[in-house]
Amino acid sequence: MTPVFAALGPFGDAIDFIFQQRESQAGTVKVGGLGEIWELSWTHIQLSVAATVIATLIALPLGLWLGHIGRYQFLATSTSNIGRAVPALGLIVFFIAFLGVGFVNVCLALVLLAIPPIITNTYVGIRGVDRETVDAARGNGLTGMQIAGRVELPLALPTIMGGIRIALVSVIATATVAPLANVDTLGRPIVSPNVYGTAGQLAACIVVALLTFAADALLAAVQRAVTPRGIKIQANPGRSRGRLSLSSPKRSVQST
Amino acid sequence: MLGLSYVPVLAQLGEDFFQNREGAAEKCPGNNGLCLGWIADNFGDYVDPLWEHVLLSIVPLAIGFLIATGLALFAHRYRILAPFFLFFVGTLFTIPSIAFYLILLNITGRGFTTAVVVLTAYTQVLIYRNVMTGLQEVPREAVDVAEGMGLTRRQILWRVEFPLALPAIFAGLRIAASSTVGIAGFAFFAGAGGLGGEIFADPAFKGNVVTASVLMILLAAVLELIVLTIQRVCTPWERAVAS
Repeated sequence: MTPVFAALGPFGDAIDFIFQQRESQAGTVKVGGLGEIWELSWTHIQLSVAATVIATLIALPLGLWLGHIGRYQFLATSTSNIGRAVPALGLIVFFIAFLGVGFVNVCLALVLLAIPPIITNTYVGIRGVDRETVDAARGNGLTGMQIAGRVELPLALPTIMGGIRIALVSVIATATVAPLANVDTLGRPIVSPNVYGTAGQLAACIVVALLTFAADALLAAVQRAVTPRGIKIQANPGRSRGRLSLSSPKRSVQST
Repeated sequence: MLGLSYVPVLAQLGEDFFQNREGAAEKCPGNNGLCLGWIADNFGDYVDPLWEHVLLSIVPLAIGFLIATGLALFAHRYRILAPFFLFFVGTLFTIPSIAFYLILLNITGRGFTTAVVVLTAYTQVLIYRNVMTGLQEVPREAVDVAEGMGLTRRQILWRVEFPLALPAIFAGLRIAASSTVGIAGFAFFAGAGGLGGEIFADPAFKGNVVTASVLMILLAAVLELIVLTIQRVCTPWERAVAS
């Protein structure tokens, strides 16, 4: 270990773990190093992205439909209330206890975790589209499908992306417990400190945190990119409204 | 009247429950089953973790409410700070909880305090955002009228703006309550116990997982109800309008 890392205490040791292979606690196998960290990260990314994509495919059309017909608000908002109340750890472990271990089962549990924020944000985004704009589209002879696809969806896209962003971030955070189902994500060193040592545990934490920040920043960029120019112009003069973080504050009707 | 028809069914269920308790309860973990008998016999083991979980939820909520409301009032007074505060609390919320617990553990040590710091950090964005929204959505007219009546800025804030923002503030507090209960499920990583520790101690046994999870969901529901009740008491005019 270089002197700089040593000065950082446990964090220096953890950073060392990321870059340098070492013996496991029991001394039987080699752990750590960029190779293993990358391998664990790659599984982590695959699992998280798969869960978020599946959740989006389910929740986006549903939220779009609910928002378009403008009914069942209770359903759309209460899914997120219930989703928040169900403990993530309980959900994953519950799935494993009943369905068994494996990549697919963990992925399914994470999908359930990712659906509520996407449904709620899609619904809220669609309902937040100016009614006059929708009326104008209808007056121009657009059909219901066309209004949903060409008017409401583009205008609600920033809010929807906000929901997907929340979902991905929470899925990445929760995929940490996947090793309980024998899927070796970055959570492996975290739940098995007896093999990886506390340095490995801390190293995995640092990498998961960096991964989350990267995903968050990436989706924030996508969110900005998909924001229609009209909304940007509208939003800029306003005070703190320009940054559509999490969900647009003006439109948060999270609970009823 | 309709309810009475369920009585025989309930009685039957109750009978099964008590008769099957003997023997079945002991076999339960071995069979990896989900049986009420086992839960009834071992419920005592969950009382202490539940109590820890209650403290892990209420303490961060109280501290978090004070800090986030303070930040929001400050940002309301000095508007230029608002985006920076939002970015800051938003970033805190992005940190994965398990990582946050374990990283902080190396700085502040194991235990309740570490968990409370983490959980308080997570409440910030939820409460802050809603306080800001509530204050921003106060009708301009109400503030103008108050100004016209000669109220000072401070009086306007506490007598007009803050009360009118209360529904949004309480909505934020409710969201924060249920999410804090959920995130406190990982507090055992910081050595602070809680129901999550029970789940993690034996994740393969259904009875254990379901008991601890259901207790967490109930706790979240009860906390939300308590916040709702406080909201009813604090905003009597809301009901007057509704009726």
